[in-house]
Amino acid sequence: MFESLTNRFEGILRRVRGKGRLGSDDVDEFLREVRVAFLEADVHLEVVRTLQDRIRERAVGAELVGALNPGQQVVKIVLEELTEVLGGEAVHLPYASKPPTVVLLAGLQGAGKTTTAAKLARWYKARGRNPMLIGADLRRPAAVEQLRTLGDRIGVPVFSEPSDPVAVVRAGLAEAVRLGRDVVVCDTAGRLAIDDDLMAEVAEVSGVLEPHHTFLVIDAMTGQDAVSTAEAFHARLSLDALVLTKLDGDARGGAALSVKEVVGCPVAFASTGEGLEDFETFHPDRLAGRILGMGDVETLIEKAEETFENEQAEEAAARMLEGTFTLDDFLDQLRALRQMGPISSLVGMVPGMAQQMGNADVDDGRIDRIEGIINSMTPAERFDPDIVDGSRRARIARGSGTQAGEINQLVKQFREMRKMMKQMGGRGMTKKKGRKGRKGRKGGGGRTTARGPVPVDRKKGLSLPGLGDQASLPGFPGGGLDLLGDRPKG
Amino acid sequence: MGLRSRLGRARDAWSTHLAPVWNGSSIDDSTWEGLTDALLLADVGVVTTDALVDGVRDRVGREGVVDVDGLLRLLKAEILARLGETDRNLALGGEPSVWLLVGVNGVGKTTTIGKLGHRESMAGRRVLFAAGDTFRAAAADQLSLWADRSGLTVVRGAEGADPSSVVFDAVAHAASRGADLVLADTAGRVHTKANLMDELSKVRRVAEKGAGTVTETLLVIDATTGQNGLAQARQFAEAVDVTGIVLTKLDGSARGGIVVAVQDDLGIPVKLVGVGEGVDDLVSFDPEEFVDALFASDVPA
Repeated sequence: MFESLTNRFEGILRRVRGKGRLGSDDVDEFLREVRVAFLEADVHLEVVRTLQDRIRERAVGAELVGALNPGQQVVKIVLEELTEVLGGEAVHLPYASKPPTVVLLAGLQGAGKTTTAAKLARWYKARGRNPMLIGADLRRPAAVEQLRTLGDRIGVPVFSEPSDPVAVVRAGLAEAVRLGRDVVVCDTAGRLAIDDDLMAEVAEVSGVLEPHHTFLVIDAMTGQDAVSTAEAFHARLSLDALVLTKLDGDARGGAALSVKEVVGCPVAFASTGEGLEDFETFHPDRLAGRILGMGDVETLIEKAEETFENEQAEEAAARMLEGTFTLDDFLDQLRALRQMGPISSLVGMVPGMAQQMGNADVDDGRIDRIEGIINSMTPAERFDPDIVDGSRRARIARGSGTQAGEINQLVKQFREMRKMMKQMGGRGMTKKKGRKGRKGRKGGGGRTTARGPVPVDRKKGLSLPGLGDQASLPGFPGGGLDLLGDRPKG
Repeated sequence: MGLRSRLGRARDAWSTHLAPVWNGSSIDDSTWEGLTDALLLADVGVVTTDALVDGVRDRVGREGVVDVDGLLRLLKAEILARLGETDRNLALGGEPSVWLLVGVNGVGKTTTIGKLGHRESMAGRRVLFAAGDTFRAAAADQLSLWADRSGLTVVRGAEGADPSSVVFDAVAHAASRGADLVLADTAGRVHTKANLMDELSKVRRVAEKGAGTVTETLLVIDATTGQNGLAQARQFAEAVDVTGIVLTKLDGSARGGIVVAVQDDLGIPVKLVGVGEGVDDLVSFDPEEFVDALFASDVPA
């Protein structure tokens, strides 16, 4: 239902084709489409205006260089501006020097605070901490029971009592100290930002709790109201960051961008599913692509690389074609891909991928398992998976919580992939002698390390061992050798 | 209490954005811009907003309207025309009737069932709850607390049980006790999860395997929802044939404009509005009152 920005630009592109630089009128035409895209993504109207101004400033008169057409150039500027707002770094959450580290969760009704509290506690627990949950939502019927059930499920104690929220957090903190818990996550009642009594209550809770981190839990589906909500909470609680929930749907999450721009709160975590493990630290650059629609980022990056990073891509390709590509490189690519959004949605967005994948069951859980397997390997095994024998396999399976069969499958497909690439490299050589020769020198040159000569280009496509035999993305040998080898220079 | 006063806050929020429009005496470019902004900020969405503003602009020209008052009258009329004159009554007629409540997570399905049960039992119907949300921890407990308040029965299954079987049992129970109406809760689900939407279709089918008839399938939408509301409505309508919308949390500062787009685009009428946390805070949706409430007292005398 959402049109990607690139598609929106198509009509304008025909008109401005052949121009050396974009005039003010041209840019305005692009900006009208940018505005619609942002509004459909629920970016706040005022923020849309601010962004439009910034984009206009950079785009008018910008020289149209290289292989980027004007539309791509504008998309590039848009993306850069979005990234600028969102910031590139994941949020760092230091622990208190004197435990426990206290985290307060606030938000509107139904944003997902209780579930988030449990997910966050689980996240801390998985990092070797000893969290405790405090249930201070005494308003919603059975909210505390819900938290207790979730606490049981993740093996984290839950403190609550039927008194009042301030008394609960006071007693809860004492209990955490008594039990020696080093992280406390406090759930609070959902409220309307305009409800002064309830806002005063949560402010009082915050005063007693003196949290080290205060998170606003916000639904990715929220519309224009997100900014006033965040402002109201920020005024009372001084928010540190957002937790963006329900990001497993198709909501574009523009609300988070607005809140970052207006209130300055970055997104610390994203909740991407119903399972308590569907919770991760948020990588802000993902959201930019989501707001614009994945295809745009793909296209842009491909095109940009075509022009500006050709050299790097060629070096990466060289290594792939020589067969010195390792599981470490593969993991890098896998992570780069993950940054762009859930794999399940990527499949639909990358042209031709759905067909290539056939009915292979591609889900993020499976990618998680592959990542787990590779993470459980020693550097030597990643460099040369052929050394994985029965006892190594058993160790990897234990470490990654997978079955030996899955490891076999991954290794087998990785081997095939590498072989296939090597063959293709051979073909490329006969076809493009001169270039291959140069690549060969480079690849075989002095910079060889345990991981190989040069970093593999992270943004290129990849094929996915373990996800079906023919699984392949454009831009990767097998999916698009020509892109890497035979591309005309910009 | 009328919808108008209940909607006070939504109206205030809306009117703040309309202030630039009211304050101009004659119609000029800034009037149109203000109108567009107000609708966009109310989450009406770009497409519907453009259509509304174009429609009003057209009529202002044709009918020779020159002042802001007249323009606002036309805007109300345009919105009303899009909300349509649909039957917004909740259908009965099964033995028992089943009303199924569906929606994404956290929109207020369980709370709506609690209030709706109270309302329908006050109207003299024998109501029974089916705790079909077997996924969310303690969802059935939450529903039971609502049932206690109104003295109603809940049929519940074990946590993680098949929701279809819970609803089936509730219908059988209702039939054997001569209850008129089963209000079936379902677990919140994101509309892009195909397996969960299939599960919902199954609940809808199984609810009619016994004596019951599903006479309403109500999609609950949170008033804070942005443009994703359309995608939600589309997907749920495909899975379970949605007969009406319940717009919740309209007592906040969110404006709920997405329902204009939903009805305009998909023809699904809003039937109920949630305006507070009390058991009585669920009212029938009256489009005229809704639009009036949004604009009332803001028109300069």
